[in-house]
Amino acid sequence: MKIRFSLIAGLALLAGLAGCERPPMESVQTGYRGTGMVQVYNPRTLEANAALHEAPAVIPQVGSEGPKASQVYQNVKVLGDLSVGQFNRLMASMATWVAPEQGCAYCHNLGNLADDSKYTKVVARQMVEMTQHINADWQQHVGTTGVTCFTCHRGNPVPANIWFKTNPQPYGSNFMGDKAGQNDPSEVVNLSSLPNDPFTPFLLGKEEIRVGGTTALPSGNRQSIKQAEWTYGLMTHMSTSLGVNCTFCHNTQSFSKWEGGPDKRLKAWYGIRMARDVNLTYMETLVDAFPAHRKGVLGDVAKLNCATCHQGAYKPLNGAKMASEFPELLNKLSTVPLARVAGGASTGK
Amino acid sequence: MAQYQNLFTTVQATGPIHHGVELGHGNSPRSFEPVTNYWLGKIGNAQLGPIYLGGLGLASLICGLIAFTLIGMNMLASVGYDPIQFVRQLFWLSLEPPPPAYGLSLPPLNQGGWWLIVGLFLTASLFLWWARTYRRARELGMGTHVAWAFAAAIWLYLVLGLFRPILMGSWGEAVPYGIFSHLDWTAAFSLRYGNLFYNPFHALSIAFLYGSALLFAMHGATILAVTRFGGEREIEQIVDRGTASERAALFWRWTMGFNATMESIHRWAWWFAVLCPLTGGIGILLTGTVVDNWYLWAVKHGVAPPYPDVFPAVVDPALSAGGKP
Repeated sequence: MKIRFSLIAGLALLAGLAGCERPPMESVQTGYRGTGMVQVYNPRTLEANAALHEAPAVIPQVGSEGPKASQVYQNVKVLGDLSVGQFNRLMASMATWVAPEQGCAYCHNLGNLADDSKYTKVVARQMVEMTQHINADWQQHVGTTGVTCFTCHRGNPVPANIWFKTNPQPYGSNFMGDKAGQNDPSEVVNLSSLPNDPFTPFLLGKEEIRVGGTTALPSGNRQSIKQAEWTYGLMTHMSTSLGVNCTFCHNTQSFSKWEGGPDKRLKAWYGIRMARDVNLTYMETLVDAFPAHRKGVLGDVAKLNCATCHQGAYKPLNGAKMASEFPELLNKLSTVPLARVAGGASTGK
Repeated sequence: MAQYQNLFTTVQATGPIHHGVELGHGNSPRSFEPVTNYWLGKIGNAQLGPIYLGGLGLASLICGLIAFTLIGMNMLASVGYDPIQFVRQLFWLSLEPPPPAYGLSLPPLNQGGWWLIVGLFLTASLFLWWARTYRRARELGMGTHVAWAFAAAIWLYLVLGLFRPILMGSWGEAVPYGIFSHLDWTAAFSLRYGNLFYNPFHALSIAFLYGSALLFAMHGATILAVTRFGGEREIEQIVDRGTASERAALFWRWTMGFNATMESIHRWAWWFAVLCPLTGGIGILLTGTVVDNWYLWAVKHGVAPPYPDVFPAVVDPALSAGGKP
């Protein structure tokens, strides 16, 4: 009797632990002692994901001498200043980064490489411009490390971590059962019940992220607890995307205060603005270029968030300086996508 | 040889079924024929029932069931009436209060209207049940300590869902009805109002909560420890205190110099338990209405300690002129 009771109790206890990760964890102190400023890592998870964060080998750089790509090839709009060798090296690299299985034909009409009839080529051109824009104008976030196509794509034609707007009323009912954009076991917010599309208001719109009071006593801050939940949802996404705890960026005493907190938060602040800028300027403008099967349920284009580049590492590819091998991706030609300057996607005929 | 013990009893003393004392004028008859159950006898009295339902009890159960059903129906509707998803996602599902934009006005049903209706019925149910605990105690000639302890819990409930939202001018400030959602709400509450751990009433509430657990453990352990002398047998203790209570008192006097009495230990426990929601409710009520950021409040009053700076100095980028929007 007693044995059976103990057995049932023991099994119930084990079942309760089923959702937990097993110890031991590694904890790294980052702040003053006793303030809870630590990072907790699961060494087994880090090991299992290590391959994901390795930068690939790159094709050796070639000289800039010789004729320009724009003189030899037709319809080269963004990378025309490169030498033919440099241009072909980047094209070959892009094929391995983005479409290793499909190869050049993923974007190009092999009968006429200059043809813009494939939507993937139009998108790829704008993505090259986006990469240049990020590296040139968003060094407050990407530093001198920069990004390449591989930072997001990792060998996938569509990056593994993208987001679409979610349908707030998936069952069409307007009578009861409104989820208020939350209360879903969503990976976006690490399986919490927090609002699971914090991207539309914060990484596309410019809704106020800051909710905390700036004075001890009330002085007109009308931010609500519900708004705090939306911010919390975004922050949970950032935490899981980077594989870090809240204390990576925030001081445990006061999450809203900047003084005395980790300087990493500054990078993250610019990261939010960068994602917003890129989504608006480079992704949303492709809405007509993408075919329907590449769009979300609400007909919007794929957009990026923190996970798109970071993929679980606090620095994408663990901070490998891959972009420095591709100087043509570091400088930009134009502040806005060429397609917008020309007034729509070019056919290139 | 069988021994009489009061927990996990190996021998159950079962007498004739007792319906309880006669009730006075104006009381309903008690419901259900009593039964005895061996497993209930393991953890308490083996006799189940009869129960006194009465008008208050019936009204309370009806209101409570309406609230419970409305919450459940909203959860079920939110997964497209799929019973499997209802079970799978149960911990995530929730009935949310109205968006803050509605203030204290009446929102559409699916925008928090259901939440308000549920709140009305749940509150009615709690008040009716409170009146029931009060009246049942009086009818048995008891004091009303249970009712007032329950009232302390109702105070915290009302602060969270009624008093504070009204003072803040928005139903959206209230707690959602859901398992994970109310936990996330709690964390968001602390984040919005600058770290609730610097709220002194929150600290008091925690002290009474942990204190209650400590007192409960001390009292439970003491009485169990003297059951071998009949310390748990109330009747005998009233007639002849014997040595059990004496030993229990001596144990604590020798261990820590001071001992509670058979009566005062229960006052200790009652006040600790009641002060936990009372102080907690005060802390919640002050948050947002009187204090907007508890961390800054604590800095202002010298409560939050300053720590040495270990990180490179950071300036809020929104304040710097060169910062991008």
